[in-house]
Amino acid sequence: MPKLLEVSKLCASYGATQVLYDVDFSLEAGHITAILGANGAGKTTTLRALCQTVRTSGSIQFEGQQLVGKATESVVRLGVAHVPDGRGTFTALSVEENLRLGAYARKDRAGVAADLEKMYQRFPRLKERRHQQAGTLSGGEQQMLAISRALMLSPRLLLLDEPSFGLAPLIVAEIFRIMRTINQEDKVSMLLVEQNASLALDLADHAYLLETGRVALSGPSAKIKSDESVRRAYLGY
Amino acid sequence: MEAFLQQIFSGLANGGIYASVALALVMIYQSTHHINFAQGEMATFSTFIAWALMQAGWPYWAAFFVTIAISFAGGLLIQRIILKPVEKAPVLTNVIVFIGLLVIFNALAGWIFEHTIKAFPSPFPKDTILQTRYFNAHDFGSIGVMLCVLMALYAFLRFTPVGLAMRAAAQNPDSARLVGIRVSWMLAMGWGLAAAIGAVAGMMIAPVVYLDPNMMSGILLYGFAAALLGGIDNPWGAVIGGFIVGVLENLLGAYVIGTELKLTVALVLIVGTLTLKPNGLFGKVVVTRV
Amino acid sequence: MNNADRKWLWIWGAVVLVALVVLPFLVKNYRVFQFNLVLVYAIAVLGLNVLTGYNGQISLGHGAFYAIGAYVAAVLMDRAGIPYWATLPVAGLVCFVLGFLMGFPALRLEGHYLALATFALALAVPQLLKFKKIEGWTGGVQGIVLNKPDPPFTFSLFGQPLNPDRWLYFFTLLVAVIMFLLAWNLLRGRVGRALIAIRDHPIAATAMGINLPMFKSLTFGVSAAFTGVAGALGAVVVAFVSPDSFTVFLSITFLVGVVIGGLASIPGAIFGAIFIQFVPNIADQISKSAPWAIYGVFLIGFMYLMPTGVMGMIHTVRARLRRGAARPSGQR
Repeated sequence: MPKLLEVSKLCASYGATQVLYDVDFSLEAGHITAILGANGAGKTTTLRALCQTVRTSGSIQFEGQQLVGKATESVVRLGVAHVPDGRGTFTALSVEENLRLGAYARKDRAGVAADLEKMYQRFPRLKERRHQQAGTLSGGEQQMLAISRALMLSPRLLLLDEPSFGLAPLIVAEIFRIMRTINQEDKVSMLLVEQNASLALDLADHAYLLETGRVALSGPSAKIKSDESVRRAYLGY
Repeated sequence: MEAFLQQIFSGLANGGIYASVALALVMIYQSTHHINFAQGEMATFSTFIAWALMQAGWPYWAAFFVTIAISFAGGLLIQRIILKPVEKAPVLTNVIVFIGLLVIFNALAGWIFEHTIKAFPSPFPKDTILQTRYFNAHDFGSIGVMLCVLMALYAFLRFTPVGLAMRAAAQNPDSARLVGIRVSWMLAMGWGLAAAIGAVAGMMIAPVVYLDPNMMSGILLYGFAAALLGGIDNPWGAVIGGFIVGVLENLLGAYVIGTELKLTVALVLIVGTLTLKPNGLFGKVVVTRV
Repeated sequence: MNNADRKWLWIWGAVVLVALVVLPFLVKNYRVFQFNLVLVYAIAVLGLNVLTGYNGQISLGHGAFYAIGAYVAAVLMDRAGIPYWATLPVAGLVCFVLGFLMGFPALRLEGHYLALATFALALAVPQLLKFKKIEGWTGGVQGIVLNKPDPPFTFSLFGQPLNPDRWLYFFTLLVAVIMFLLAWNLLRGRVGRALIAIRDHPIAATAMGINLPMFKSLTFGVSAAFTGVAGALGAVVVAFVSPDSFTVFLSITFLVGVVIGGLASIPGAIFGAIFIQFVPNIADQISKSAPWAIYGVFLIGFMYLMPTGVMGMIHTVRARLRRGAARPSGQR
């Protein structure tokens, strides 16, 4: 089966500072893949590189299309949704406006309406607050909103940047449970960046470990989880 | 008493114009976080275009709407071609570019249309039902036009997907890109809309103050004062601010200072607002993280 | 700097000095007048640069301080018989106080807002100068006509006499040198660094103990003082003041001079002054009917090609040459 996403020799820089050095990884359709690593390893940059919001060189093939050199808006319209770190919510707009914006690139109005209902069913708390200003939601609710907004695109690839950040463990557990559901029911492939390695390894099928901008380790998450020396050396537990 | 009411109504009529200019400024500020110093000159140039069309025989409303369309296209093109290259440049560079535009439009207007003062017709002639005791027909009509413009803009921004996308792009361009909004084009549209609104303001004020290349410079200042008073990021505030400035200008001019120092009044208003209530009467306080 | 470099510096310095002294006698009177204006504008642009370039406060209103300085000089000379050279310090002081006061509302304003407020100042001052109630002092719309001062001694070089314009050339040159030295002295030490710190990281600057409001207001005052002195000098050189000589376009012109010359640069003020004095003439030659349009095109073009101004371009070129000469070791 051809891979959904194939990345090879990916380099990325912020201005004159290079952050990623010849990163290779790939993602199979329907899978959840995790990118792990310490602070500053380049995990967020990897997701930004996929969306072309930083300067990159190398090759990013998504469903056969080359993403490097495309504008961010065009990458998104190909079916790649990004839930950025910090959530990127439109805080001054209402919950419903945020969700509608998620579907901005879509032309099928009936499908959009149906998806909107589905989001509200899945996240009843969002439905309660649909006309409330998004900035007034709690951290967990904003994360749910951010994920729902990304899903409104009906994407084939969902990029998530540290979804557990700043959230209480109970909320995090709920969110990760929902992510598994989304993957299994809606067949959305996911690329997950997480500092919380154990959470990520529980959810993901496959994992890559970044260290100062390079891939240090990769493999099925079950194997990494069970390998104690790897866990101690790289993941700190 | 009657004179006092006259002053107030006349102030409201002028206020409508200031409100339009303020609205145009707020539109550009909201989408780009820049203040368009060339707004006045662009509006004057648009008014000249309308004048030229009417000189060529076009009926008023045809010239009116075509001028709006041309202004929209012009504003859009200016953003795409001239402003996009300096989008990410520091504030000062942008200020100089705006000033360059100001100077170019002013000079072009003088060159193409000459500096002689011209009369500009009003679509609301005096001998109609609109002429009432306190408002003359044109004042009444121009407030009406201004309110229509405001309603249309509000409806567009609030209820249409493109309007929503524009608001999103203005608030958070990075997130807007992540939902597939072409942010650059949203900026360009913001400019187009502002140029169109400016054109309407110019065409409404020209019958009152007569058309010449320097028509708008004082008005621009009042528009600024109004936009600041209302809160530079608040379209409703801009409109209310415009009416307040119009009435104040007239009252102060008639009863306190005399008409010679009107611009000083504007200056005091601006500096006063910025000192005492920098977010305006209705603006939101923005807290920036260190 | 080693001895060989020092020797070259002295030689070049002497050459420049001789050239400067001889220059006014080699050219026609009108050119001398233009040079005088360049020197006057250089002081004004320098003043604005202290505020905008070094301290990051954008002012579109310095034409107002120039006008006030000019009128102070004119009124003192015409109505009170004060000699021309004595009016300069008075103009500077008056403008310092006004600038300092303007600094307080300016404290709350950033970027566009400040540009806006000062723009209002620039638009309001000419109207204020025409105000009928103070016409007795200001001469109203007609302004005040002055006499150019006679040179204090007779002198001739290359057959050209030392006339008022040429005398004024030396006078303005002297004042310019004094003002530039003052600025250089002020900016090179802790004060200069403090100004730049306030410009780039105001919150950090406060955290490090810099009294932001006092500093920013003082900077406004000093900047206004410089421009006020320039205005007074300008009144002497042109021998005429009127409200319409000081429109908002003058304020715009000064800001243009700062940006073209290069922000936070003392020598840049000279390049800026040359630009604002001579480019309008060039624009005039290109298009008799719409010279300002050409000027505007020049402005926008400059922002695309040389956003850091002439000095910025010089620095970039120098840095590239230096980098080219020294190859870094251990390149990836």
